Amino acid sequence: MIQEKHKGMSLIVKTITRLTVGFIILYGIYIISHGHVSPGGGFAGGVIIALSFIHLMLAYGKEETLKRLPHNAASILESIGALLFLMIAVLGFTGGSFFLNFIPKGEPFRLFSAGIIPLCNVAISFKVSAGLFAIFVALVLLKLDTEKKE
Amino acid sequence: MQAVNIIPMFVIVPLAGAFLNSLVEKKAKWVPDAIGNLSAFILFFFSVLAVQVVRTHGTLVYSVGAWKLPLGIAMVLDGLTAFMLVTVNFIAFMIALYSINYMERFTAKGKFYTLFLLMLTGMNGVIVTGDIFNLFVFLEIASVASYALVAFGTEKHELEAAFKYAVMSTVGSMFVLLGIVLLYGLTSTLNMADMANMLAQKGAANLVLMVSVLFIMGLGLKAALVPFHAWLPDAHPSAPAPISAMLSGILIKSLGVYAMVRIFYNVIGMTAELSSIIMFLGTLSMVVGVFLAIGQWDLKRLLAYHSISQIGYVFLGIGLGTPLGILGGIFHLFNHSVFKSLLFLNSGAIEYSAGTRDLQKMGGLMSKMPVTGSTNLIASMSIAGIPPFNGFWSKLIIIIAAVQAQRFGYAFWAVVASVLTLASFMKVMKYAYFGRLKEGLMSIKEVPFFMKLSMVVLSVVCLIGGMLLIPSLRDIFLNRASDVIALGVNYAAIVLKEVSLSW
Repeated sequence: MIQEKHKGMSLIVKTITRLTVGFIILYGIYIISHGHVSPGGGFAGGVIIALSFIHLMLAYGKEETLKRLPHNAASILESIGALLFLMIAVLGFTGGSFFLNFIPKGEPFRLFSAGIIPLCNVAISFKVSAGLFAIFVALVLLKLDTEKKE
Repeated sequence: MQAVNIIPMFVIVPLAGAFLNSLVEKKAKWVPDAIGNLSAFILFFFSVLAVQVVRTHGTLVYSVGAWKLPLGIAMVLDGLTAFMLVTVNFIAFMIALYSINYMERFTAKGKFYTLFLLMLTGMNGVIVTGDIFNLFVFLEIASVASYALVAFGTEKHELEAAFKYAVMSTVGSMFVLLGIVLLYGLTSTLNMADMANMLAQKGAANLVLMVSVLFIMGLGLKAALVPFHAWLPDAHPSAPAPISAMLSGILIKSLGVYAMVRIFYNVIGMTAELSSIIMFLGTLSMVVGVFLAIGQWDLKRLLAYHSISQIGYVFLGIGLGTPLGILGGIFHLFNHSVFKSLLFLNSGAIEYSAGTRDLQKMGGLMSKMPVTGSTNLIASMSIAGIPPFNGFWSKLIIIIAAVQAQRFGYAFWAVVASVLTLASFMKVMKYAYFGRLKEGLMSIKEVPFFMKLSMVVLSVVCLIGGMLLIPSLRDIFLNRASDVIALGVNYAAIVLKEVSLSW
């Protein structure tokens, strides 16, 4: 047999992952951007995006994935997501109230409607996707650490 | 800027501070200290301002997102809220100051301040919110941050304690959530004032009894009342000293006592049965806590058991239901958060300098650490109830209130627990600070400046805390808080009147 040189799973898994991972992210973005008109939203879409990166990590191993999205970047994105959400809420003070929906609401059931809700969804998705990915990475790294000690 | 806009600041400031801190903590070594202390200071300033706002404007209601109440989330600022905000943010500011030097021992100071501010967000949120589901959300924010902080040292026993705490506290949260769900099912509203109105209209339902039991279990677990206290003696000693002070000083009070008092007095409405259950559990905690404490040799564990005991006093006072009892209860809540956080900070100072928590390995520290020793002496006398320190006055009020209410048994046990507290703190002073200096402790030094500063400020508050009972000061601070509790379900009428005025 050929010596397995690469980390991660077999060629079949890698190929399928390479083909599908873009669609998974796209689906996540779809869920986020339509959060205010259909079921879904920032949390669900964020989870899907995080899963796409976890998928990459399972198929290609952690080095390859962490090259694309380092752990630090994930934690920075997470903080940015939280701050963005808070900033949208605080910007409500321009209209006189915390969390005020200060952007024109538009026509219902259109993509560009509902004022700050889509923006909040985007902020939540940053927080959730980066946060879940960071938790997964932390678990993986922790496991490797304990294995080294033994 | 209208006065009412101060209310959401108590959530905005720490939340912004927490995530800003996690974003820029690595830029320079002083950044986390600066952000943590600045946020805590701003919050303390705002909380003092809130007392003034309540004095001039009375009860204020803020509707988040300008939704018409009771549909949206309400935030309520009344006397009790302002009182709790001052207590929480004052202690938090002192602890943030202390952490500047103390947390040098740990590697991840930035993460510490992030979690610290998140916990503060949760506690402030629980206090200002007027929406019962929002209360649960903030309760969880504060609890989850505290699980991580208990495990902060990541040693084996710390992780074990944090895991135990996480499991038990989650069970408690689930009881609270179930209670909220059932109440929502009964009243179809989540706004606390509206809910109180609906419950009054529906009259006595068996479901309300069930919900009361759920809240006693869930919130009693957060407050570490005696049958539900098992997590506390593990979690508090394992955390870093500033966090022990935070957990013991304010977390169990804002999450446990405040939430319970708010729900039982202002939403469900106090009945004679509930009152006797709370008084019985309070007295039980008071006595069991102090008996368990007196045999401990681990200093922080001893202090943790005393937290259980002192929380019992608070519940006994508030459970009596008479104006004097409530006053004593909330005054003791304030005093306990001051002297207990001071005691935990002292134990942290000993750990910082001498590297031990075992009373048998200490001795004669007074000569080497005069500031820690004398502040600890003041705090010990306060907790034991020796005049003129603040603990004496609040215990005296509680005991007088119990006697006035013809509850002689409870008054007797309160005195007994106080004497036993004195005994166990004499033990602490004798073994840790007086006596002969042990061999290995010759070279220890007094702690750095910021640690001394926060300990000295807290001990000064212990010393002059009794002044809050002077009538002019009492009217501003304590009476306004006890009035809100004494109002009972009339709270709803006041809040709803405020709502109809603003619309």
